[in-house]
Amino acid sequence: MTPLWLALVIAAVGSYLLKLAGMSLPESILNHPKVQRVAQFLPIAMLSALVAIELFDGGGRYLVDWRTLAGVAAAVVALLLRRGFLVVFLVAIAVTALLRLAT
Amino acid sequence: MEEPLPERGVILKAAIGIGLYAMAFGASFGAISVGSGLTLAQTMVLSLVMFTGASQFAFVGVATAGGSPLAAVPASLLLGVRNAFYGVPLSEILHPRGLARLWTAHFVIDETTAMAVSQATPRARRYAFWATGLILFSLWQFGSLSGALIGRAVNPSDVGLDAAAPAVFLALLWPSLRRRDARWVALGGAAVALALVPLTPPGIPVIAAASVALVAGLRPSREDAERVEDRESS
Repeated sequence: MTPLWLALVIAAVGSYLLKLAGMSLPESILNHPKVQRVAQFLPIAMLSALVAIELFDGGGRYLVDWRTLAGVAAAVVALLLRRGFLVVFLVAIAVTALLRLAT
Repeated sequence: MEEPLPERGVILKAAIGIGLYAMAFGASFGAISVGSGLTLAQTMVLSLVMFTGASQFAFVGVATAGGSPLAAVPASLLLGVRNAFYGVPLSEILHPRGLARLWTAHFVIDETTAMAVSQATPRARRYAFWATGLILFSLWQFGSLSGALIGRAVNPSDVGLDAAAPAVFLALLWPSLRRRDARWVALGGAAVALALVPLTPPGIPVIAAASVALVAGLRPSREDAERVEDRESS
């Protein structure tokens, strides 16, 4: 088994076990307001970190591809205009692809 | 024979709408996953077994960032922690017993929870959970597979796929940014991750961002203070 497969199986089974734990654990553990707040904030902190890393991490050093950045900026405009997910996705890749083609 | 459920049509329509959205989302996942270097089989195991979108994207992003793929395990699991919390309202709605719990748990995600808890009657809640879960699961797989096949046929950077992952993460993050405290958490998460880029192996900056959620969640909040005041004044 390659390291990637190993990581994939652990993460996939672990994700399922988290769902199962929620249906099996006594409610009192999960009902604590502070615990719930941490759980609410977790995806926010990590998704935001992922955006930053995808844009500015060039493998251990800072690196920006301005065409990717422009694509994501266009996606922000689509989000501000309350466009759906598919539009946001297509705008991002279309702008980046066109800029790459033109430069 | 049970009476037909009056809300059935409305729920089904909403579930199909969510399913179609999931299909598009799944297609983008398939394309990004294969474009980042995962195989078709790996992409589909993620969609079938992990079956929780944000964690799947995070897994692909971190596993292919150039460090150890094992760094993707905590990154995707930390993003999946919220699913555990959905078990609390859903257990009350579904009362899964014994083995039923094993397959019911697989469908515990953002969309099924939101659909179930927003219905008015216990029967409608159960129906909404299963209708959304089964439709979404099917279309998610179909979307992932289509996206992966398209992703395999093209050169990812030619079609701008490298902009897709950050755009998807941003789209997932967007609705929660309406809250002020959430905006601070988002800013903090990005700052911690960026600061660590030159210092740690790839993957670690994303995991470290979880500490921001921990600090922000555990610090005494205004709501806590109000609760104490209520208790003191009553």
